[in-house]
Amino acid sequence: MSLPADGLLRLSPEGLHCPVADVWIDPWRPVPHALITHGHADHARPGSGEYWAIGSAEGILRRRLGASIDLHGLSYGQILRRNGVRISFHSAGHVLGSAQILLEAGGERWLVSGDFKRQADPSCTPFEAVRADLLISEATFGLPIYHWQPTATVVAELIAWWRSAPQRASVVFCYAFGKAQRLLAELHRAGVEEEVLLHGAIQALMDPYRAAAVPMPPTRPLSELDRSASLAGRLVLAPPAAQGSSWMARLRGAQCGLASGWMAVRGARRRRGSGRGFVLSDHADWPGLLQTVRQSQARRVVLTHGQGENLARYLREEEGIDCSVLSRDDGRSESRSEED
Amino acid sequence: MRSFCRLFEELDRGEGNLARIQALASHLQRLDPADAAWTLHLLLGKQRRRLITARRLRLLAQEITGMPEWLIEACHAQVGDTAETIALLLVGQGRSAEGANAIDSPPTSAAALSPRPSPPAAANLDPAAADWPLQRWMEEELPRLAGLDGAEQAAALAAHWQALVGGEILVLNKLLTGAFRVGVGPGLVVKALALASGLEESLLQHRLMGEFRPSAAAWQALLAAPSADAVPASRPYPFQLACPLEPERLAGWTPSAWLAEWKWDGIRAQLIHRSGELFLWSRGEELINASFPDLLAPAAGLPEGTVLDGELLVWPAAEPRPSSFGELQRRLGQRRPSTRLLAQAPATYVVYDLLEAEGVDQRPQPLLERRRRLGLLLEALGQPQLRPSSPLPLADWDDLERWRARARDSGAEGVMLKDLAAPYGSGRQRGPWWKHKLDPLRLDAVLLYARNGRGRRANLYTDYTFALWTPEDQPIPPGSGGSSGDPPMAGAAEPWAEGSAAAAIGAEPEGARTGRRLVSFASAYSGLSDAELVEIDRWIRRHTTERFGPVRAVQPELVFELAFEGVQRSSRHRSGIAVRFPRISRWRRDKPATEADTLATALALIQP
Repeated sequence: MSLPADGLLRLSPEGLHCPVADVWIDPWRPVPHALITHGHADHARPGSGEYWAIGSAEGILRRRLGASIDLHGLSYGQILRRNGVRISFHSAGHVLGSAQILLEAGGERWLVSGDFKRQADPSCTPFEAVRADLLISEATFGLPIYHWQPTATVVAELIAWWRSAPQRASVVFCYAFGKAQRLLAELHRAGVEEEVLLHGAIQALMDPYRAAAVPMPPTRPLSELDRSASLAGRLVLAPPAAQGSSWMARLRGAQCGLASGWMAVRGARRRRGSGRGFVLSDHADWPGLLQTVRQSQARRVVLTHGQGENLARYLREEEGIDCSVLSRDDGRSESRSEED
Repeated sequence: MRSFCRLFEELDRGEGNLARIQALASHLQRLDPADAAWTLHLLLGKQRRRLITARRLRLLAQEITGMPEWLIEACHAQVGDTAETIALLLVGQGRSAEGANAIDSPPTSAAALSPRPSPPAAANLDPAAADWPLQRWMEEELPRLAGLDGAEQAAALAAHWQALVGGEILVLNKLLTGAFRVGVGPGLVVKALALASGLEESLLQHRLMGEFRPSAAAWQALLAAPSADAVPASRPYPFQLACPLEPERLAGWTPSAWLAEWKWDGIRAQLIHRSGELFLWSRGEELINASFPDLLAPAAGLPEGTVLDGELLVWPAAEPRPSSFGELQRRLGQRRPSTRLLAQAPATYVVYDLLEAEGVDQRPQPLLERRRRLGLLLEALGQPQLRPSSPLPLADWDDLERWRARARDSGAEGVMLKDLAAPYGSGRQRGPWWKHKLDPLRLDAVLLYARNGRGRRANLYTDYTFALWTPEDQPIPPGSGGSSGDPPMAGAAEPWAEGSAAAAIGAEPEGARTGRRLVSFASAYSGLSDAELVEIDRWIRRHTTERFGPVRAVQPELVFELAFEGVQRSSRHRSGIAVRFPRISRWRRDKPATEADTLATALALIQP
């Protein structure tokens, strides 16, 4: 399935392309002009000529794509005009500096949601509902089995789990950019004031969050902690890739947990092997996806990765919305979002 | 019930074994005897009775949630478990206390706003139902639910679903569908029981063999002091199991101190004659008397107080070797085998060991003594259907390999080696018993279809169907259900109907040598690492050529080495052959699909 032929955006080999404005949104390959929804690796890729993104994403983008990239920082709602197309970025509530991108021309409004969530998150600005004629939305968790509990409930569960093991370290695996800082901000909100230890990959992304004055408990890289220091009762955050790596040698005997939306399903939890699952996602759940589609009032909805086909059919058959799935021929559209 | 659900969640979290043993032990200590007995019964996976089918449960959930059937099916495919799918959907719709609090935003789906079923049953429901003891749920409420008629049952179940929270809905559903399993093995449960009671694990293991009817009395009997042990007539002993032989150990051993015998490819079983009654138990602790009347009749002549350990086989009297396992399977499913089946597939019990004689436990005796006595016993019985396992003479260790090389021709799956001086142990201990199995047969096959797994493999494509090359104009071997000239993908409407990705015909791959096509011949899902499964799952999603319900056809590119125990002709398979116990031995990343094996190679492996 593809986009309407004469519309504002089309799918090119490089990604979503607006020929009139000569811009691409989250291109997969280098292009002259790239609009970036957020800094996760499957959305922000190196090698493009000029980049536009939300200003608070700048620190992360320069770290990931190169310090010398030609990057224009924008604020939410600021209008960018290119060849008669009005372009504006709107908060997606996904991670720090994440945006939905709206294109307007000839009375048509096309909205690319990027990744988004509807839950409150103290580490980034809240989601903004935007009206559009055509909505291109993510659908990572597009099944009604995915239904997030209030964040405070999950965080309280995590803290109780951590406090129940004062004799050993507690390691929570979470994506290094976004999820880790959200967890830290939530811990602060829950009254945690003691130092949290970090894996280097998470430490590397702390500066932009500190610069944005996101309130978080004090943190320190585990590697800077004296090797003789006891880790009993300490909370450690690490990316999922650290699990089973040599980095874990120092954490032998620690209890482990994983914070991810996929943990909602028992089979996925069990597949992860030992360890506790905390259901915490930076993506919209099923009610959040439906709510977003409805609030957009879009006449036409196109879904990208995740459980797009099921959500599309549901919107078509149960809600009468013209909805289809945008597929890339290499099947990438189906692969799971890596960060969740 | 509520505390049982918390226990389930605690055990299910997959913390370390030690923590789980402690959690279970302290939980059991807190319970009254009847609830403890039921908890044990459930954790040991002995509750196999299905009160409501999974399908009926899904229909009820569909009625209550107002969601379309296909969407519930899609959820089920992702979750891999009906009970959990329904629990997640109900919580998502705010139909449980937990879900009601969990909703951040007002319900947005049209389905969520659809009217709830009128709650006449809800009005009658004791609001404290979740706090009822487990015993009351298991002995009264669940049987009552199962006995209700359609509309009444729907209303009663809806009321329970509404009153319970997420994890409790999951447990209730699992109890109803008879699929209750937690990730704790019987060994762990017995350890917890030993910790809670202070009794020996081996004693508890023995007391738990055979039937355990959950009740306060059963719990008290289980934990009674060792001397007060009154053995029920039906109770089998724990089976002793063997470890794979490590051939380098042989050099340190004397052949004459060991017994070698065939490792038969049948069903291990214990035959008990006590209090004038016969009991035939499979190793899975199922009483299979009804399926084997032709063994029970001759066994009636055994002396009172006898327990034998042996192998069930189908072995016609005139044949030099037993029939294939497939013949035995025909018998296992039949609770009342017809005279015709009994004549076609007569059962034989090849006896390995004597565990009890004249009512006295023989397990402490050395194997040599047990076998001597067993020989006398069976000779006195004089029934050919009960025959002692014949020793394979060992002059030196080279003889062991010589016997093993003849195993396939003798209809055995390998050779057993047992220490003649050792007592009969329980479970798998390293040392006294070793198994030296045949090397499996192997073929390199092409991955053709995939479907998602269940449980922890749900939403990963992990169940595969493999194919071999066959000439385009080659008629399918005799006995095959398929016709030779099927166009690619013909017959592909059935693959999921059989519950496996198999049974569809192979597609001619693009760019392959002409004049050949792939024909599917085996399904397998075990043998790969989790990392490989994830990698192959990604590959499958990117190389899907067609979808048939949950089954995907993929580009025929990946080659895997399959290991299996034997090949037989089969009229039920399109390839005309069936393989025994196929599993994936490795991923042949080095081989292109064009170099995979042919059906002719597989046919050549069929036993004469």
